Amino acid sequence: MTSKHRSVVLFTSLVTILGVVLLSGCQFTSPGHPQSTFDPHGPVAERQMELFWIIFWAALFVMIVVGGGLLYTVFRFRRKPGEDRMPEQTHGNARLEIAWTIAPTIVLAVVAVPTVLTQFYVSNTPEGDVLQVNVTAHQWWWEIEYPDSGVKTANEFHVPVGVPVEVNMTSSDVLHSFWIPKLAGKLDVIPGKNLTMWFQGDNPGEYYGQCAEFCGEAHAWMRFRVTVDTKEDYEAWTQAQLADAVTPGDDYDDILPKAGLNVFRTSGCILCHSISGVVELPDRAELNKAYIASEGYRISKGPNLTHLASRSTMAAGIRELNAENLREWLEDPDKVKPGNYMARDAQVYYDPDQALTDTEITELVAYLLSLK
Amino acid sequence: MATTTGVLQRPTSTTGLWGWITTVDHKKIGALYGVTAFIFFLIGGVEATVMRLQLHRPEFDLVSPEVFSQLFTMHALTMIFLAVMPLSAAFFNLVVPLMIGARDVAFPRLNAFSYWVFLFGAILLQSGWLLGGSPNAGWFAYAPLTGPGANPGNGMEFYLLGLAVLGVSSVAAALNFIVTIINMRAPGMTLMRMPVFIWMTLVTSFLLITAFPVITVGLIELYFDREFGMNFFNVNAGADVVLWQHLFWVFGHPEVYILILPAMGIVSEVLPTFSRKPLFGYPIIVLSGITIGFMGWAVWSHHMFTVGLGPVANSVFAITTMAIAIPTGIKIFNWIGTMWGGSIRLSTSMLYAVGFIFVFIVGGLSGVMHSIAPSDAQQQDTYFIVAHIHYVLFGGSIFAVFSGIYYWFPKATGKLLNEGIGKLNFWVTFIGFNVAFFPMHFLGMDGMPRRQPTYESNMGWDLWNMVATGGTLIIVLGVLIFLHNFFWSLRKGERAGADPWDGRTLEWSIASPPPEYNFATIPTVHGRDAFWDQKYANGHAVPQGASDDEEHEDDEGHGIHMPSPSYWPLVAAVGLAVAGYGMVFHEPGQVAGAIVAIVGAAITMVGVYAWAMEPASEPSEH
Repeated sequence: MTSKHRSVVLFTSLVTILGVVLLSGCQFTSPGHPQSTFDPHGPVAERQMELFWIIFWAALFVMIVVGGGLLYTVFRFRRKPGEDRMPEQTHGNARLEIAWTIAPTIVLAVVAVPTVLTQFYVSNTPEGDVLQVNVTAHQWWWEIEYPDSGVKTANEFHVPVGVPVEVNMTSSDVLHSFWIPKLAGKLDVIPGKNLTMWFQGDNPGEYYGQCAEFCGEAHAWMRFRVTVDTKEDYEAWTQAQLADAVTPGDDYDDILPKAGLNVFRTSGCILCHSISGVVELPDRAELNKAYIASEGYRISKGPNLTHLASRSTMAAGIRELNAENLREWLEDPDKVKPGNYMARDAQVYYDPDQALTDTEITELVAYLLSLK
Repeated sequence: MATTTGVLQRPTSTTGLWGWITTVDHKKIGALYGVTAFIFFLIGGVEATVMRLQLHRPEFDLVSPEVFSQLFTMHALTMIFLAVMPLSAAFFNLVVPLMIGARDVAFPRLNAFSYWVFLFGAILLQSGWLLGGSPNAGWFAYAPLTGPGANPGNGMEFYLLGLAVLGVSSVAAALNFIVTIINMRAPGMTLMRMPVFIWMTLVTSFLLITAFPVITVGLIELYFDREFGMNFFNVNAGADVVLWQHLFWVFGHPEVYILILPAMGIVSEVLPTFSRKPLFGYPIIVLSGITIGFMGWAVWSHHMFTVGLGPVANSVFAITTMAIAIPTGIKIFNWIGTMWGGSIRLSTSMLYAVGFIFVFIVGGLSGVMHSIAPSDAQQQDTYFIVAHIHYVLFGGSIFAVFSGIYYWFPKATGKLLNEGIGKLNFWVTFIGFNVAFFPMHFLGMDGMPRRQPTYESNMGWDLWNMVATGGTLIIVLGVLIFLHNFFWSLRKGERAGADPWDGRTLEWSIASPPPEYNFATIPTVHGRDAFWDQKYANGHAVPQGASDDEEHEDDEGHGIHMPSPSYWPLVAAVGLAVAGYGMVFHEPGQVAGAIVAIVGAAITMVGVYAWAMEPASEPSEH
């Protein structure tokens, strides 16, 4: 085999490998791929996927024709050993050149039509019955509010199946990007602006979301979940969320949670976290003034914990919510989520004298898990 | 005795370390650019390899998230500003005067100045690693994550001052090449007889002088925000932070063409030579290059499809972006047309050029996919984009750079790079490249965002991350093979002779390496492919490089006046570096940084003044 033959064999086998690999991409619809864009469950993501396939097949066709043409040319006109041919010194061919200027123009003009149509479709929320959800992004979690029902929560929210949801977004600090791959492409969340996007879930289930715009150290751990519920489940969820938090009573089972509530009140947790009906957030503006004066920085707002135990995840969708993970989090938040502000700003973490004891952590975990 | 200017004697040595430091010879400056840029290419490669090792399996803990942020920021900055751009500059320096039949660039000392400013700017940008932390908010540095509140410390100052200083270098070099190309072509070389590489250098230079001022405005505004409490990007004072994104990408997209047009120029020289045919459709290739340069200004918002500019803006920028694929496609078709019917010699340089076209088709097509704004909303900020930019910048620019190195190395050194090792180098790099970057398309479509230091195994991303890291290690091997080839060939390489490839352009008509004055007699040009015509005009070949080699011997004593070495460009550049460090370490309310900055500015002023007072070349001694 000459080296040229070897080159050609290598080239062809490479193309074959690429082809096989390309086809294996279709496996991405299995359940093991929670953020696969190949597995849309709502009209916005579906339209975006359809458009992707249109341009994908067009691109693949061009790749085969042009890439194949390139390889064929190199193979056919490669210099054979001992060849000393002087090729004809052609300088061009006007007709050919006009043809290959017009051909891509036509292809692109055709592709532009569905592009523009889809752009307007995904940018304009449908008329009619639309659920409003307000999202405020923080480093590194999501504050959620339903302006109509008054539900306030964080990092996880529920929507009814088949109903368009309009998300009104802003950011309290830096740029973020709101993305639920299986339901809708992303839109940036920008401080000082209110941007709106919509999506709709067509199949009940839990969907992964994630911040997609680099937003600092814990960017990778700024996730969220969207649960698409049946109408009944959604109503039930809303009612449950609207209730005040349970206050632990004097039963035997409530001893630990009650002690935990006390820790929550006295260890500074309340400076950032609200639990409606139990501990409302103090006046933040006043607090911040005092804090900037004494510590040189603002205190951050933390997620609303009223119904924490109704969520399936914690720390912005990064871990399953259970006693073990909560304990690990409370022991050293920075280890679970590097860079987060709780580890930096909470006195119990920056001041060794104030550190939570093992017992206090046990009590806090018990209390937090009682917040159904 | 040489005359003296100012306080110090003019340097006369053209050899040794001092000879390199004071040189104004475009070939030596080209070599300095090339070697420096290649070292930074290796540094950028180390940064990339560390990142890929970190990501090779889920929840791996090699570097902290903060260090990872610095790594991806510095990897991009290093590869774009300290590797690809100066590698292009190395070719501009080395090749442009030779191709147009000139003895040097228009402003040789400005050329030296550009190099030194580049070197000091590069050191300034990289020194964050040793001086308290590198920039950590991405090479795009979106406000307000880069503002004084969200990003304390000096990391961003290294970014702001580093890029500002590098901008001075780029603009100075670009002006130099514009003037050189417009004024110093050999008699008979009309614009439409210029080699395409010269055309692409010209277009790139115009892009540089028009694009850099835009980013400089942004850099100054952000610096003022950080150091003097201004509110250009302060949301609480009513600023619109998207302003930064517009400033950045109005620069950033022409920048993309600054990176790729020289590569296209290199390939447009290599393909005809190794096909033994003229470039197919020269006028339309030139025109499409110019068109790309212009249209590069009309597509910046395609980096901002998810910023919420609205459906009208997104549609418009989707269409302009699609349109730019047309001139790009024309180039590819014409390159294939060049090879069609030719007698193709698959040298290493040619393999890299063909490899460039092949991967550039993939990267170009994924680029068109991104222009589809609504579906881009799924791909934006995922690994799909990472795959795309590496297909156009690594498989594109860097492959073309390697093609150019294998092509012009013999001209610069007089030695051929070893072809056997070269082919191994190409195939290992080519395979490693595709193994590393093709799987990233899948990761992106599978929802993996870029710029995250780790991932969990339940996301389904394990396999392709492992494969990508494996590919990276293969690329590392490929680069090591190249380094081996470089040093081996430098010592033991076959002697090249004036015209080892049966070249078509004027640089092949003179000795390798060329004498200091390049051309003993300035050639007269009668058409495109000036040297080819000279060799084959009558239908039969003249012996390679025949006309020139002998004349050189006679000419040595004839005293061709060349510009004299000078150290003032270096002094002026040192001043900028000093000023840069002063501004990096400026603290609000303290004067120390300002004093250092003023001292630096004063050094630059002295350097520029002395430079202006000194004649370009000393009167001859005989």
